[in-house]
Amino acid sequence: MNAPRPRRRGGHWLDGWTVATIVIAALATVPIFAVIYLALTPSENIWPHLVSTVLSGYISTTLILMAGVGLGTLLIGVGTAWLVTMCRFPGRRLFEWGMLLPMAMPAYIIAYVYTDILEYAGPVQAALRELFGWSGKQEYWFPEIRSLGGAIAMMTLVLYPYVYLLARASFLEQSVGVFEASRSLGRGPWRSFFSVALPLARPGIVIGLSLVLMETLNDFGTVDFFAVNTFSLGIFDVWMNMNNVSGAAQLATVMLLFVAFLVFSERYARRRQRFHNTSSKFQALPGFQLVGGRGLAATIACLAPVLLGFVLPTLVLLRYAHQHFDPELSREILGHALNSVKLSVLAGTIAVLVAIIMAYSARIKGGKVLMVANRVAAMGYAVPGAVLAVGVMIVLGNLDNGIDGIARENFGFSTGLIFSGTIAAVTFGYLVRFLALSLGTVEASLGKVTPSMDGASRSLGRGAFATMQFVHLPLIKGGVLTAVMLVFVDCMKELPMTVILQPFNFQTLATFVHQYASDEQLGDAALAALSIVGVGVVPVILLSLTIAKSRPGHKGGE
Amino acid sequence: MTVTSKSKLTKGLIFSMAFGAAALSGGAMASAEEVNLYSSRQPFLMKPLLQAFTSESGIKVNMVYLKKGMLERLKSEGRNSPADLILVSDIGNLHNHDKAGLLQPVTSTGLTANIPAQYRHPAGNWFGLTVRARVIYASKERVKPGEVSSYEDLADPKMKGRVCIRSGKHVYNISLLASIIVAKGTEAATAWAKGVKANLARKPQGNDRAQVKAVFQGECDVAVGNTYYMGKMATNKKDPVQKEWAKSVNIIFPNQQGRGAHVNVSGAAVTKSAKNKANAIRLIEFLSGDAAQKIYAETNFEYPVKPGVALHPMVASWGEFKADKAYLSKIANERSTATKMVDQVAFNN
Repeated sequence: MNAPRPRRRGGHWLDGWTVATIVIAALATVPIFAVIYLALTPSENIWPHLVSTVLSGYISTTLILMAGVGLGTLLIGVGTAWLVTMCRFPGRRLFEWGMLLPMAMPAYIIAYVYTDILEYAGPVQAALRELFGWSGKQEYWFPEIRSLGGAIAMMTLVLYPYVYLLARASFLEQSVGVFEASRSLGRGPWRSFFSVALPLARPGIVIGLSLVLMETLNDFGTVDFFAVNTFSLGIFDVWMNMNNVSGAAQLATVMLLFVAFLVFSERYARRRQRFHNTSSKFQALPGFQLVGGRGLAATIACLAPVLLGFVLPTLVLLRYAHQHFDPELSREILGHALNSVKLSVLAGTIAVLVAIIMAYSARIKGGKVLMVANRVAAMGYAVPGAVLAVGVMIVLGNLDNGIDGIARENFGFSTGLIFSGTIAAVTFGYLVRFLALSLGTVEASLGKVTPSMDGASRSLGRGAFATMQFVHLPLIKGGVLTAVMLVFVDCMKELPMTVILQPFNFQTLATFVHQYASDEQLGDAALAALSIVGVGVVPVILLSLTIAKSRPGHKGGE
Repeated sequence: MTVTSKSKLTKGLIFSMAFGAAALSGGAMASAEEVNLYSSRQPFLMKPLLQAFTSESGIKVNMVYLKKGMLERLKSEGRNSPADLILVSDIGNLHNHDKAGLLQPVTSTGLTANIPAQYRHPAGNWFGLTVRARVIYASKERVKPGEVSSYEDLADPKMKGRVCIRSGKHVYNISLLASIIVAKGTEAATAWAKGVKANLARKPQGNDRAQVKAVFQGECDVAVGNTYYMGKMATNKKDPVQKEWAKSVNIIFPNQQGRGAHVNVSGAAVTKSAKNKANAIRLIEFLSGDAAQKIYAETNFEYPVKPGVALHPMVASWGEFKADKAYLSKIANERSTATKMVDQVAFNN
């Protein structure tokens, strides 16, 4: 229609993209810099003590935890994603979304539930003692649930869905052609998987894995309950018991640098690789029939993590909730549930809108500045929630008191605190923390759209924005929905930031659960814990169905 | 042109955001009938007390449940902080807020009358509201009378493989260790921590209640815990099995022949930034008064600070005990040393 104008508009828009991305990245990074600033203004040098006592233990424990959870989630996540996407076996269609269910289960809650079941005083060991006539602890061996191994198991069970989700999205987005080419060139299904499908899915899987590792690194609830001395436990110890918040910030900064190093080295390792779908041939996926024993094995492989990570703990919680039912408490819980949902929807929506802007402008503008801006903006996920919350408070407190000071000086009245202690502060905190989730997911999806699409659209006269709207967004719909869901579910479970930033007379489901759970009164918290799971499960199911349908040519399986 | 219209837009946006936020937070702003509380004690615990206060005084209480980060929040909010008072457990927390200059002294004849001097700051910077003792829970079956009578006994080799305790880093254990540092010095305290560590039946884990559960199940013979857990377990209607745990142990108040049992407080303090100072003082006075002290005693099985307030019959049944008279602030000063000591003896590993 109007060929010359879009060009100029395009130019104008391009500047807008860059500015928007840099502004967002700056906003998201300020609290992290506040933490680093805190680290640079120490009250007491904590390092000599830490180095001479616990530091090496913190580091080795944390590394083993990360390695264990990383391996576990890779094995379960990638394995089941491949089975569910490419093979046909009994129950496959249920597992497509069912595999995601444990995602709604907070790690600290599953830890409480399994401790109740598996500890010395729990029903399993009591039954064994009854059965074999053992009288005491010395007479038999049973794995200790409150241990490093226990923590690895708990976190693997609830975190593998991150890897599953992104691996499956990658497998779904791969065109069958490549895989078929490999098969027709004489490679078997296993070799084709390892030499073609897996490397193609690597960016997605790596993003899933890095989310898992950062969650693991920052977990406090589970390791605290299991008394597993990780780095994050050390941060809180320095902060709370030694009353040294800047020492805690120093430890957090070291952890952040470690994560930055990991992220950077992975990117560097695949710096020359780009994975776009080269063929537009999205035929129905092949669907290898697994019959007999192999089919059964596939079913069991998928069923076990869902049973252990979701079904069993949910049943236990249901039983507690039934035993401890209290109508008055239930009404209160409903109010908290509304708070949780409101906050999570708000944060989820904003996080994804922002992520689309950032990922898309990096795509069309390219260049180091935007790449760095995006990576830095996503670093909030690598800082423990409570420490990041302190960063957010420092930023908002300074802003509020700055505005107040100006108003007092110039206009003779006080504005008080504008942002501190409001819903806006909590939402901002969530965004800073969870931007990595939405950005990573959107980037991974966008990366699979071949740039020739952009070229075609632009040469046909569409501007950058229109190209995004009409070409990219429909193609990355699955990724966008995944991003919304990830942020939503994580916000529902989020505890430390909410506790520190929440306004007066305000509670979420997570903080409500915490007040009981911190006292190991799981019974009274069971209903609220179930509500977290219940509310989280709804979008998980809805969106995973949408994702399955979003692949052109994918008919949901016959 | 675009520039001016844009900056107008920005100004308008900032204004409307500020206005909106001010309207939103209006509920927590200065007003005669309100008081704003930051509490690290759980809402379910505080609710009956605060409701009683509101119905008596007509003053509405707005509360934030801040388990962590209260000090940092008060600091960053500065002079504009809406909080009028704080409510925390453990002397360490009161002490840290005081040291950070976040509290202000209060003079109230009501408070000095209600609260004995050892449980409040000399200048009125903070006030203890409830007292709990850190005691030894001993198996009725497996611990002979007199076998264990002091904290020192927990470190005696005769207790090898028989002791359960929660994380050495938990605030209650840090305070206990700090009290031993105050009583006997750093070297003796280190030896004690090493001795207890050597006697542990299992790696430190769980909360105080979980230790008694472990004694009930025969995993260990003695445990360390705060007094009120006993009451909570013995009367637990929702989870009756806890009554069995409580039945399996005796409470031993340690060091009755010597310095006495280590006690700690939960307490309140008025913030430096308080806008509703009078109401905040009124709330603390109420919490230290007969009605509230009775609620504390009955619902949470704590010892009231106010002399003369009746104990819960069960708490009374444990008998009188001698409390360590060491000044609480002195104990709080040793917390950092105690924390490092726990690392040095690798207590939690």
